[in-house]
Amino acid sequence: MNIDSIQNGFVLDHIKAGACMDIYKYLKLDQLDCSVAIIKNAKSSKMGKKDIIKIDSPIDLDLDVLGYIDPNITVDIIKDGKLVEKKHLALPKKLVNIIHCKNPRCITTAEPQLDAIFLLSDPEKRTYRCAYCEAERRRHR
Amino acid sequence: MRHLIDITDLSVEEIDQLIATAEDILANPAKYQDAAAHKQLATLFFEPSTRTRLSFESAMLSLGGSVLGFSSAASSSTAKGETVTDTIRTVGNYVDIIAMRHPKEGAPFAASLRSPVPIINAGDGGHNHPTQTLTDLLTIHRERGSLKDFTIGFCGDLKFGRTVHSLVNALSRYTGIRFLFISPEELKMPAYINESLQRKGLCYEETESLEEAMPQLDVLYMTRVQKERFFNEADYIRLKDIYVLDPAKLQNAKKDMCILHPLPRVNEIAVSVDDDPRARYFEQVRNGKFIRMALIMKLLDLKA
Repeated sequence: MNIDSIQNGFVLDHIKAGACMDIYKYLKLDQLDCSVAIIKNAKSSKMGKKDIIKIDSPIDLDLDVLGYIDPNITVDIIKDGKLVEKKHLALPKKLVNIIHCKNPRCITTAEPQLDAIFLLSDPEKRTYRCAYCEAERRRHR
Repeated sequence: MRHLIDITDLSVEEIDQLIATAEDILANPAKYQDAAAHKQLATLFFEPSTRTRLSFESAMLSLGGSVLGFSSAASSSTAKGETVTDTIRTVGNYVDIIAMRHPKEGAPFAASLRSPVPIINAGDGGHNHPTQTLTDLLTIHRERGSLKDFTIGFCGDLKFGRTVHSLVNALSRYTGIRFLFISPEELKMPAYINESLQRKGLCYEETESLEEAMPQLDVLYMTRVQKERFFNEADYIRLKDIYVLDPAKLQNAKKDMCILHPLPRVNEIAVSVDDDPRARYFEQVRNGKFIRMALIMKLLDLKA
């Protein structure tokens, strides 16, 4: 499968093998009407195996979600069948309504209409803290 | 508009300035008696309190301002299911500044996101209590003459003790301070606080023995094991009387050590210690009013 099979959309490349369905769910790709291709366990010279997702529509892609799930993912932006930009992701400094606080003492668990805000506290350990109660959420590699 | 949600919302220079203002108020209270004339403070206490609420009210009244509010969630619309945000947006129409205490961690931060007036966190569950920290800093400063170069022991509930977390955080920005954390295994300082001290290259030790730590201390900060922080009553009963400071334990303490406690105490300091000149916790209570006066003036940008 080649990227030129997409006219306007995205290729999410270098997804850790086995993680593509997490991304499918986080990005709510099941709600799209366009073609979405999921390629599992594709050969990769860098990673051995990788997953790839191709989305044939210029949707509003939430790069923060992707960066949080896996900052090693690359996003190829395709316009008129051509690769126009390759984005490298980073761990976002702030996450809004992507993960939720599990601290039963946190105000966000009592009042779930509040935005769930997490701030990156330790990039090395991939640790986020709830902006309200400072409870930790660590993202596993 | 400034809020005070976490002690680190204030720079070291701002804290030093607040301490200087509080010292001046202590020396010349009459100079400040009309500083907040025609201003109103709301004290919104969704959880019970004696000292914090009354010291805020006393502080505002001593500045010539006025006070309104409630002292339990049951006597507010929270009992009808109103959210913190809606309560704050309502009360913010009536007053110039709000001091709030809430049992849920982060509630004052949630309030600050939508408040039309400055919010002061007067305690949010086991999380933060920055005005107690300012009180503690003023007390240590008054007792020792500076906030540098001393050994402080924190004893008791270091896991849920919000006053402890805030004070360690604040003191970690000053130089030459050595921390001794005295607690049972179940109530140890949370890892993130220890990690933050490590990242700053600061010196701390953990021990279960108050007796061993005592001779090293310049300041002893006692805390209550708080029943309301436990989900399991059996754990509370097992741990509540684990440290009791009495005259015998003070035998090995330095003559000029000062004993602080955010109060209320239950059993952790024997009443017989109260007359020891090292017991400074009621002086600490007094200082709380003056630092809150300084804080209200700062957040409302008032001059004497």
